[in-house]
Amino acid sequence: MPSAPVRVILPGMLRDLVGGVAEIEVESPGETQTVAELLDRAFSGHRILDGKVRDERGQIRRHVKVFVNGEDATRGEGVGAPVPAGARVHIINAVSGG
Amino acid sequence: MTETIVAIGTRKGLWIVRSTDRQDWTLEGPHFLMSEVASVAVDTREGRSTVLAGVKSWHWGPTVQASTDGGRTWTESAERALAFPADTDTALERVWQLTPDPNDADVVWAGVEPHALFKSRDRGEHYELVRGLWDHPHRPTWEPGFGGGAVHTIVPEPGHPESVLVAMSAGGVYRSGDGGETWEPSNPGIRAGFMPDNEYPEYGQCVHKVARGQGEGELFAQNHNGVYRSHDNGATWDSIADGLPTDFGFTVLAHPRRAGVVWVVPVADAGERIPPDAQLQVQRSDDAGATWRQQATGLPDHSYTCVLRDAASLDTADPVGVYLGTRNGDVFASADEGDSFQRIATQLPDVLVVRAAQLA
Repeated sequence: MPSAPVRVILPGMLRDLVGGVAEIEVESPGETQTVAELLDRAFSGHRILDGKVRDERGQIRRHVKVFVNGEDATRGEGVGAPVPAGARVHIINAVSGG
Repeated sequence: MTETIVAIGTRKGLWIVRSTDRQDWTLEGPHFLMSEVASVAVDTREGRSTVLAGVKSWHWGPTVQASTDGGRTWTESAERALAFPADTDTALERVWQLTPDPNDADVVWAGVEPHALFKSRDRGEHYELVRGLWDHPHRPTWEPGFGGGAVHTIVPEPGHPESVLVAMSAGGVYRSGDGGETWEPSNPGIRAGFMPDNEYPEYGQCVHKVARGQGEGELFAQNHNGVYRSHDNGATWDSIADGLPTDFGFTVLAHPRRAGVVWVVPVADAGERIPPDAQLQVQRSDDAGATWRQQATGLPDHSYTCVLRDAASLDTADPVGVYLGTRNGDVFASADEGDSFQRIATQLPDVLVVRAAQLA
């Protein structure tokens, strides 16, 4: 039985890069996947987003936050954090800068 | 009709100023608002009107943007145009320099932070790490300057594609005689006054900028305290600071056609970083640094700003145009080789890079 897809919600600042797409639905291969695996799948059709959210080592950029079901994954396990099937994942530009 | 463009990269975006007579200017922008633009190259080789920009968003990271219509519209590669290979376990921080190669119209060099050199063979669409410099045994000991640790200057040698020089803060000058395969430090004569014991080390100098002159093997360098000339393509360096109000500064420019003509923008002191006597000025030499004269007509006094290492440029018109961008967001232009300046932009964010060029 297929698992519920994960919804990845993009911040407004990135939507212009992908033709106004606000949300990417990602099929879940099982009950859970990691944030890294989720982003690999989410960005496979929107390659420009990968360089914006992650550096070339695969790490989430310093001033970007990834929330999984309302919890800040970047505070804990980072790209290794589990993403359950059916989760809502928000990519957020942190409040920073000057 | 020939158009002069002046691309102005700032802490918060890119502006472009245009003129057909170098007297009346129009300002366009911003592009990449709220992103830092630390490097710009105007590529006019083979009649192009390409502008490349090293852009860093504090949220979305560094990238290289390209325009093929003189900076009016911009595109970015969907894949990372410039990235460290996986085996380096390193992430790009910032692109500090973009240099079209005079010997190969498809080659563009990029100097980046952390200290590394990249090379594009497709006019700047994709860049590859220059392993010869990355693998240099000195690299782990190169220290960051106040602005970060970066290869910030790339000086190819026209007519000699195997010869290229880089400079970095702090690491000094390195040269390659085989197109970048191998590198050797080349700082004899450049003083590192901040070192506790040996002030003339093999490397570790804080060279701020190097410009190639038109004399045989002629190079000029503005150092962290020290202004130098080389007659032998950077093998050795001689001080030419006598006659200048101060030997500190960030930038140096060399005339595109006349040997021995060089400009620096003196800065009072490393501990002050304002113009000497609060008079924004350039100092020009017509004899390769033997004598200097101040050029300040049209530049402000009571000035407490600073011109950073890439915030000055020349165009290639006759007479040559001289351009300065300041940390308080002014840009000044001279259409008479520095004899007089006019303000062509003001109230911009702090200027990191200025590049001027003539487009066909």
